[in-house]
Amino acid sequence: MTYGTLALTLIFVFIPLVLTRVLNLGLEKDLLIATIRSVIQLLAVGYLLAFVFEAESPVFILLMITLMIVAATHNVQRKGTAIPGITAKVAVTFIFIEVLTQGILLGFGIIPATPQYIIPISGMVIGNSMVLAILFLNRFTAEVEARRGEVELFLSLGGTPKQAIHPRLMQAIKASMIPTLESQKTMGLVQLPGMMSGLIIGGADPIEAVQFQLLIIFLIMTNAAVTSAMLGFLSYPTLFNGRMQLVRKLET
Amino acid sequence: MEDRFEPAVRFENVNYSIDGDLILKEVTGSFPKGRITTIVGPSGAGKSTLLKLCNGLISPDSGKILIDGRQTEEMDPVRLRRKVGIALQDAPMMDGSVFDNLEIPLVLQGKRLEPEAAQSALTDVGLPAGLLSRDSRELSGGQRQKVSIARTLINRPEVLLLDEITSSLDPASQAEIELLIKTLNDRHGTTVIWITHNIDQAVRIGDYTWVMMDGKVAETGEALLLHEPATLQVREFVKGGQV
Ligand SMILES: Nc1ncnc2c1ncn2[C@@H]1O[C@H](COP(=O)(O)OP(=O)(O)O)[C@@H](O)[C@H]1O
Ligand SMILES: [Mg+2]
Repeated sequence: MTYGTLALTLIFVFIPLVLTRVLNLGLEKDLLIATIRSVIQLLAVGYLLAFVFEAESPVFILLMITLMIVAATHNVQRKGTAIPGITAKVAVTFIFIEVLTQGILLGFGIIPATPQYIIPISGMVIGNSMVLAILFLNRFTAEVEARRGEVELFLSLGGTPKQAIHPRLMQAIKASMIPTLESQKTMGLVQLPGMMSGLIIGGADPIEAVQFQLLIIFLIMTNAAVTSAMLGFLSYPTLFNGRMQLVRKLET
Repeated sequence: MEDRFEPAVRFENVNYSIDGDLILKEVTGSFPKGRITTIVGPSGAGKSTLLKLCNGLISPDSGKILIDGRQTEEMDPVRLRRKVGIALQDAPMMDGSVFDNLEIPLVLQGKRLEPEAAQSALTDVGLPAGLLSRDSRELSGGQRQKVSIARTLINRPEVLLLDEITSSLDPASQAEIELLIKTLNDRHGTTVIWITHNIDQAVRIGDYTWVMMDGKVAETGEALLLHEPATLQVREFVKGGQV
């Protein structure tokens, strides 16, 4: 695609702009900001990737991944979770999931150790983990708030914090995994997954594109399970104090 | 303040606040060992808070609570909570059957509840053994209260804290529970601290009583003091009867 043709695609921005005017939706500013930000951010990423691919140095790969993890962590923390000191726990979770998935992919030679593979897959893994982390933390704090009575009941009968929180933790882990599993069941029926579509447009063999998409789907299942479980086990102790008491209120 | 009896639980200048609001103010006093003490007072007076402090679910901001002379803050929380058992207000239930609920105290110790033990736990509180498999969400208010008491008793606590356990029971069930607790107190010397909003009940079952008002101990003494309170505010409260 030339920049000329890319400019033509702005038609797709123009249409909603007209609509929001006509219908008085008041979304002009958001539309413009979204457009400008996506252009700048994606072009920057494009040039950055071109540079990293060119350089072929592991230092730059590591740097890119670090950047992703920092951005994802910041995003989770910005969503304002009620769990104190969550930032470090989220970062550790992302690092762990990245090391685990890349360890398997590279260790078994499933993907070649080149930035063209490592970076986009890391992006998907960390991005997906980020969404799950937000989902899980919201669900977990809501669950604890709604079932405070039960948590206190277990404590009052001589249960440890871990025993008291266990049912709530399992519930939250399960609930945060369900959307991932549900969306994967209908995968390909209505909508071709983004990465697969991209590969096909880029000229890849559809079967090869499907193989990669399957890899991602399987990866994301690990992601969903490990992210919620790890974050859960890392974060529940902060809901209790040294006297095994539930902290009084989770500020949300 | 010297006690005229051996205290099972003693409060010394206990303060407790939530978000800067003082809920309990300089609470001092004792609960006699092996006896039944009732706590009465208007709702919001801090009665439930007082019981949670005894059981270690919350800690005081200042002052101390002594159980058999030992400060709660220095005891292992799990040991404290098994020794000082509480039947919480509103009798919270875990999702699952009545049996599952009765088993909680044992499961927490890695043990199982024998079916016969579960049956007698239920019949002790006046419930039919057939209720064991009932979903806890299908229990009536009164049944919940009884299951809650039975569950607390599984730990065989030395001190038993009861928070308005008969408020949703009919008179016959109330009498049943009163008899159960009295028998327990007689046979095992269990110390009982029982919050009730029913003044008649407080006089009927209590050896001793605490009247709480606005986060403070208004009066303490023999249960009969409720028939002739020393202070005006307590007299007004008792005359108002309930609430
Ligand atoms: N978790 C809580 N958050 C805020 N306020 C509370 C909480 N628990 C109790 N309180 C307040 O503390 C006071 C005493 O409550 P409580 O001990 O339950 O009184 P009682 O059992 O005598 O009715 C009340 O004013 C109540 O509103
Ligand atoms: Mg209360």
